Amino acid sequence: MEELLTSHFADERGDPLMVVGTTVPRADARGHVTGRTQFYEDVTFPGMLHLKMVRSTRHHALIRAVDTAPAMAVPGVVRVLTHKDVPANWYTILRLIGVEPNDEPVLPEDRVLFLGEQICAVLAETPAAAAEGAAAVVVDYEDLPAVFDVEEALRPETPAIKPHGKNHFVYEGHHCRRIRFGDVEKGFAAADRIFEHRYQSSPIEHAPTETTGCIVKPEGSGRFTVHSNTQALFFTLDNMALILGLPFGKLRLVGGTVGGGFGGKVDVIVEPIATLAAMLTGRPVKYAYTRAEEMQVSSPRAAERIYIRDGVMNDGRIVARKVTLYVDAGAYSRHTPYGTTKAAAHMPGPYSIPNVHVDAHCVYTNRTPSSAMRGFGVTIGDFALEVQMDRIAEALGIDPFELRLINAYRDGDTKAHRKTVEGAALIEVVQEAARITGRGLPRRFQAMSSLTRETAHG
Amino acid sequence: MKQSPTKPSVVSLEVNGSPAHVMVAPGATLLAALRDGLGLNGTRKGCESGTCGACTVHLDGEATMACLCLVETLDDARVDTIEGLATSPEALHPIQEAFLEKFATQCGFCTAGMIMAAAALLAREPNPSREDVIVAISGNVCRCTGYEAIIEAILHAAAVMRRAGVSRAA
Repeated sequence: MEELLTSHFADERGDPLMVVGTTVPRADARGHVTGRTQFYEDVTFPGMLHLKMVRSTRHHALIRAVDTAPAMAVPGVVRVLTHKDVPANWYTILRLIGVEPNDEPVLPEDRVLFLGEQICAVLAETPAAAAEGAAAVVVDYEDLPAVFDVEEALRPETPAIKPHGKNHFVYEGHHCRRIRFGDVEKGFAAADRIFEHRYQSSPIEHAPTETTGCIVKPEGSGRFTVHSNTQALFFTLDNMALILGLPFGKLRLVGGTVGGGFGGKVDVIVEPIATLAAMLTGRPVKYAYTRAEEMQVSSPRAAERIYIRDGVMNDGRIVARKVTLYVDAGAYSRHTPYGTTKAAAHMPGPYSIPNVHVDAHCVYTNRTPSSAMRGFGVTIGDFALEVQMDRIAEALGIDPFELRLINAYRDGDTKAHRKTVEGAALIEVVQEAARITGRGLPRRFQAMSSLTRETAHG
Repeated sequence: MKQSPTKPSVVSLEVNGSPAHVMVAPGATLLAALRDGLGLNGTRKGCESGTCGACTVHLDGEATMACLCLVETLDDARVDTIEGLATSPEALHPIQEAFLEKFATQCGFCTAGMIMAAAALLAREPNPSREDVIVAISGNVCRCTGYEAIIEAILHAAAVMRRAGVSRAA
């Protein structure tokens, strides 16, 4: 048997697998340069309906009433969907991995939590009729106070905007994701210097050149084929099945070619409602964001506010680091409870610090829900940590490369979240950066290695 | 006879060298006519507001955003799209070859518009500076590549086309 397998691989392991050191064309590039790559929107079907959302014009409001009759009076409008049409209206994307509660309605019931939130779906024969119908729907709002600041949201006197009664995600009974390592107060007491700074980022929109969308076709077999540009076909499939009360086998998702995603197309927003529309009308349905919708309502990278308090010795050793981090989830959880956990686990950065205290808060506000984007939960923290390192280096008169080497983590160290470091490469990266920039390093820094920790006497 | 404001009309164009008659709704854009009317989906729809350049085509030889043109005003115009650039599926245009060779594509959504913007530039300026290239694609948004590979590809294509032109003349 072993011989058979060996000979099999001998046949298979030809030139196609010997790619290191060679240039291999991208598999999809020829389609891109000839314009023949098929994106989801290049599919069309006779009788296709166009879905246009009525969106909240308020940041936070009760919905007293929704009058859809004026939309139905628009020629070409065939149906308006509200929350009453959705079989299982409440969900949260990451319930698939145990995140709870289901904090987001597919279509809101009695209130809206952010500007641009979808309220009801107008289906029409043409995009123009759908837009005219959506504009004709009358929503009667009662404005509620809105909260836009993460620290304000957590103050006791601020009203809760979420049904679970708190403006933060609850981590196993705790108000935030916590890391406790050593004794940070003892570390501060022993430190020569204390450095405390505040860092703030803004939400960042992915702005993919292709906007979010899908086209759903009801098949003769009773299945629904969903042509989507989602980055997360299985998140979408599973959440749709739960929302629509359909067996998985009734849904066929076709994706794979995404006109720019960067994490912005991992939420499950357009597919469930478009598929519901196809179920209820028996016709193909298209739901595509306009550019304005993409910018206003698709989930951006979360804004973060980060306070870092460091206790540092005059020789550059950081002996205590306390991080208080607020991630602005916006109105709904989506991927931010997970991103906040990542942010906590990423602290205190690639440094071995004996005393660490981290409180990472996932906070709800009346802003556009945030979600995934390239290294979410990590990149903003890194920005804050590395600016902090540069500030410490400058204040102590220590070379910023050397400050990082003094504190660099090594293989075998225990990180603050109790994982053992493996495959560390910070030291080697800093050494190489020093070499290629021609700045040079003193001998003792050149001799450092991620694999070993030199003794006190070298 | 009075025309109904909602009644479709037929617009005649020359698309990629062939006559095309396309039925369009009032107010339809050239982009809608190409994609929905003629099935030429290589011209991409990114913003429908003239800000992303994904729908760049040649209108009477000039790089133009198809989403900004009312097609009813274009009777008898000459329109060239990405589908007409290669003379055959095997023989790509030098700009297309250069985009392959220089890895100037990633998600591919901006690529057709980029190539059409570049083709218009090289048709009027066979020896562009790097600055010329940057200006020529300044209306085309790419969110993946950071533009450097695209600029390199266009300059490379220009060099290849100049050499080919010289050899043809000789």
